[in-house]
Amino acid sequence: MTGAKLTESQLDPADAVYTAVVPAGEPWLHPLKTGQTLRILDLEGNQAVDTLFYNAHDPAERYSAVDTIRAQGNLYLTTGSRLLTCDGNAMLTITADTCGRHDTLGGACAAESNQVRYDLDKRSMHNCRDSFLSALAEAGVDIGKRDLASNINFFMNVPVTPQGGLTFEDGISAPGRYVEMRAEMDVMVLVSNCPQLNNPCNAYNPTPVQMFIWD
Amino acid sequence: MTAHDIDPARIVHRDTLPGARYWSFIIRRGFCLRITDSEGGANCSALLYNARETLERYNMADTLKAQHTVCLTQGHVCYSDMGRVLMSIVADTCGWHDTFCGVSTAAMVEARYGRHSYQDYRNDFYRSGRELFLIELVKHGMDKRDLVSNINFFSRVDTDDAGNMHFHTDNSPAGSYVDLRAEMDTLVLLNSCPHPLDTATTWQPRPVDLAIWRADPVAEDDECMNSCPENRRGFANTAIYHCQYD
Repeated sequence: MTGAKLTESQLDPADAVYTAVVPAGEPWLHPLKTGQTLRILDLEGNQAVDTLFYNAHDPAERYSAVDTIRAQGNLYLTTGSRLLTCDGNAMLTITADTCGRHDTLGGACAAESNQVRYDLDKRSMHNCRDSFLSALAEAGVDIGKRDLASNINFFMNVPVTPQGGLTFEDGISAPGRYVEMRAEMDVMVLVSNCPQLNNPCNAYNPTPVQMFIWD
Repeated sequence: MTAHDIDPARIVHRDTLPGARYWSFIIRRGFCLRITDSEGGANCSALLYNARETLERYNMADTLKAQHTVCLTQGHVCYSDMGRVLMSIVADTCGWHDTFCGVSTAAMVEARYGRHSYQDYRNDFYRSGRELFLIELVKHGMDKRDLVSNINFFSRVDTDDAGNMHFHTDNSPAGSYVDLRAEMDTLVLLNSCPHPLDTATTWQPRPVDLAIWRADPVAEDDECMNSCPENRRGFANTAIYHCQYD
């Protein structure tokens, strides 16, 4: 695939200080300290992992899609991409990637956007924004709907054409592919393991992912 | 799109936004905002909020994926994050408006154009898009948490198959305009700072002319409502919303 930089990690899962499996349709809210590395492993393939990052000490500073892609001059994330905050600070750096391309524009599914995109009757289907809001409300952190900005979709394939077209395509990920990133500041990671059943972003079959953290 | 003049009897307010300045106004449902690039080469950054509840706001991703596009032009609509249509683009002579490049920061402006402080240059000092948006946001009780991915009217940044971005210097000739029809009462924030990827190395922020005018009611064959099945559903959701207040 054009532009992809596949880079394997040297980290051994046996040395991870944390690991957890996140089933499809569930959120994951977890801190990451400066210098720690997070791996997201696509266990069964073609699974979109909607992800937001906040400065752990000031959630008003958050991952910014527009600042990140503008600074690197490219829409897609892969090894070497520096994820920037809305204040222009380096937040995380992608250090390994065996998938090759991750989406920055597709956003997260929500009950209301599912109605627009698929059918007014789809409001009752589970969606990423519900997972985000449920996790935030349960945790009692000072992060709410206002703070849901443009997210990353790890493993999701949303090609943009030179003519400005945008489509959701079959995933380019596969079982066992992963992306790894090193925290450049203390961050709070908010994930929704996407439950979308109406388009091919999860191959119509949402599946679990596994998280690993190394010091 | 053939350029057309607005019947002067329909115009309720006119304004001019000088280069590198801010503006905000509520455009009520049924009214249009025309933004005109009077000199050519302008960039007009925009953020949109439900005027009744600013927690509901323009959502870049929902706008793009509902309409299968990364750029905006006539026939497209601007979606809120609640599945409703804030504004429709009912006319556009330019053809491409950027959605994913954000705004300039003070550091970017200084790096590209040099430093022109107020102390030295008075009101010819250099401003950044971020600074101007933040000032307007705070006036409306918001702050940087409400500063989300914005639209850059009159600017074109496209990408190759690998995702590399390219800024076009000649996207908007003098006289280009875009008509935004409010489908909900919409708080519109604008600033006229140069696009963050503008390749010019001299500071040349351009003005835009603004006109608010009374639009015709949305017809059953409306271009924006019928440009894709998603937009019909978006308009239906918006009509349901108005049941709460009409």
